Amino acid sequence: MRQIFSISTYLAIKEIWRNRGRFLLVSLVIALITLLVLFIAALGEGLGNGNREYLSKLNAELIVFQEKSDFLIQASRLGKDRLAQIRRVDGVADSGLFGTANATLVFNDETEPLKIALLGIEPGHVGEPPVLEGTQLSTDLARETIIDKNTAIRTNLQVGDLLTVRVTQGTRDEFYELRVSGISDGQQFALQPTIFVPFYTWDRIRPKSEAELNASNLVANVVLVKLENPSQLELVQQRLETQVDKIETATKIETIQALPGYSAQQSTLNTQGGFTLFIGILVIGGFFQIQILQKVAQIGVLKAIGTANPAVAISSIIQITLVTLIGVLIGGLFTFMFSLFFPPTVPIVFNGTTSAIAIVALILIGPLGGLVSIRYAVRIEPLKALGLSS
Amino acid sequence: MKTQTSYALETKSVIKTYQSESGSINAVNDVSLQVKPGEFVALVGPSGSGKTTMLSILAALLKPTNGQVLLDGEDLAEMGDKERVIMRREKIGFTFQANNLVPYLTAVENVELMLRLNNKLDKVGKLRARELLSRLGLSERLHNLPGQLSGGQQQRVAIARALIHNPSLVLADEPTASLDTERAYQVVQTFASLIHEQNRAGIMVTHDLRMCEYTDRVLFMQDGNLVRSYTSKAEIMELARGGVH
Repeated sequence: MRQIFSISTYLAIKEIWRNRGRFLLVSLVIALITLLVLFIAALGEGLGNGNREYLSKLNAELIVFQEKSDFLIQASRLGKDRLAQIRRVDGVADSGLFGTANATLVFNDETEPLKIALLGIEPGHVGEPPVLEGTQLSTDLARETIIDKNTAIRTNLQVGDLLTVRVTQGTRDEFYELRVSGISDGQQFALQPTIFVPFYTWDRIRPKSEAELNASNLVANVVLVKLENPSQLELVQQRLETQVDKIETATKIETIQALPGYSAQQSTLNTQGGFTLFIGILVIGGFFQIQILQKVAQIGVLKAIGTANPAVAISSIIQITLVTLIGVLIGGLFTFMFSLFFPPTVPIVFNGTTSAIAIVALILIGPLGGLVSIRYAVRIEPLKALGLSS
Repeated sequence: MKTQTSYALETKSVIKTYQSESGSINAVNDVSLQVKPGEFVALVGPSGSGKTTMLSILAALLKPTNGQVLLDGEDLAEMGDKERVIMRREKIGFTFQANNLVPYLTAVENVELMLRLNNKLDKVGKLRARELLSRLGLSERLHNLPGQLSGGQQQRVAIARALIHNPSLVLADEPTASLDTERAYQVVQTFASLIHEQNRAGIMVTHDLRMCEYTDRVLFMQDGNLVRSYTSKAEIMELARGGVH
C-alpha cells in the first residue's frame, strides 16, 4: 500500500507541476467558488446574527408570551401584573419585563440619523446585557442607556455622552436625551443596532399612538425568565402555563425561529450556499472528466507497464484533493482580504464553526466532483487505450 | 504453478476466440512458440493475421481462450488480473507504436518509472537509467519532456524503459511505424543489440519486413495461425530484402 501511495503521489505531483498553469486555472475557479460560498455563509451568519444576537446571548431560558401570539415578540402584550404571578412560580429564579420599539438617534452635527431598536429592560434583572465599558443601568426611571457595540461603532458615542432619541408619539415627533452609562458587546435586535433603557423610561419614551398617550397601564411585550435549574425547563414551563393566566412560553431557540422572516431568510441563504457547492461539484467534475478523456492513452500506457488500478485511482484523488485544497486556500485568503474592506453596515460575520463547515464542504466537493472521472480512469482498459483491441 | 522450462517464453496451443454476430472467430488459432533468453524474434504477417492479438496475450494484457503462456515457467493464462499486473511490471518490458511515454515525465523519469513501480529506484538504478539512455544516444536529452523529443528519440526512451528493470521478455509493437527508414533501422538495431547483450527474450511485431534483418527468427502469421518460421540468417535476409509486407 505504501508503494502504491508513493507512486500515486509521485505521478500526481509531477503532472500538476508540469501542467501548473492549467491546474492553477482550476484552482482559481475553486477559489472563486470558495469566495462565494464563504461570503454566502458569512452573510447568512451576519443576517441571522443581526436578527437573533440579543436573544441568543440572553441570560434567560424561557420567554413568556401573551397567549395566541405565535411566539411573535411584537405581537405579544403582557401587563405588569403577570410579572408578579410569574415570579411566584416555583423554579423561577428571576424574571424581567422586556419591551421592544423602533426609534431614531439624531445628532447635532452632520451625522446621518440612525434607526435603532429601543429595548426596555429591568435594571438588575434578566434581560439587561452586561457592559464591557461603563456601568450597568442604575434605576428603573433613570434617563440613561446601555448602547451595544454596533451603535457605538456607528455613532462614535462614548460612555458619559448624551444621545438624543427621536420617536413619534401621537402625531408629534418627541426628542429625549439619554446619558450613555455603558457599552455592551454586539446585541443587535431585528437587524438594528440597539440601545437598552430602563423599562419605565422605555415606557415613557417609546413611540405611542394617540390612544396610548393617555393610557396609564404598564405593558411589556414579553417577560424573560431565568430558571433556578435549567434542566427543569419543561417542568417550569408546564407550571408557568398552568399557574399564570393567558400566557404561552417558548425557549430561546423557538423564539428565534419565530422571528419574522428568520427561517425563510436562513433557508434561502442555505439553499444558495448548497447550490454554489453543487455548481462547484459540476465544475470540478467536468474539468477532471475532460482531463481524463484527454489522457486515456497515457493511462493505458501506465496500466500496460504494470501500474495497478488503485495507484491510478489514488493518483487522481491526490490531484483533485491538492487542486481543491490550493483553490480553497486561495479563496480563503481572498475572502479574508475582501472582508477587511467591508463597512460595519454590511451584515457579514465570519463565524468559526460556519466557516469551518463551509471549508470542509468545499474540500469535499473536489473528490466528490471527481468521482465519475476516477471511476472512468479505473475502468480504462490498456488494450483499448493503446489501440490493441481487435 | 511454475513449470520447469529452458525457454524464457513458451506458448502451447494458444487460442483466442472472439464472438461476433456472424459466429465465433479465432483471432489466434492453436499457436505454439518458444523464445530463448537472448533471442530476438519478429512476428510478421498481414493485417488481421492475429499478430497484435498474440502480442497482447504475450504481454499479459489479454487472456487466451485456451492454451498456456509460460513466462519463466509461470502460466499467464491461469493468472488473475492482479497477478498479471505484477507480471507486466516485473517480467515484461513493452514499447508501443505510439503514445509510449508519460508526457509529464522527462526522458530519464520515464525510464526510472519502471524502477519506481518495482520499488527498485536506488542510486544504482538511477545511474543505470542514465547510462542506458546515454547508450541510446540521449545523454543530452535526459531532462527533456517527450514533447521536446523527436519520434525516434521517444522510441529510444521507450526501449530504455522496456529494458531498465531487467525483464525476462521484451515486447515491441510496431516500434518503427512512425519513423523514417534511417531512424527505424537505428532503433531496431539498438533494440536487437541490447536484447542480445542483456540476454532477454525479445519479440517485435512489425509489418515492415526490412526490420527483420536484425532478428534471429521470423514467425509468419496468417489468419490466426503460425504458418511459417524463418530461422536461417540467409532466409531472414532474403525476407528483409523483400521489403514492406
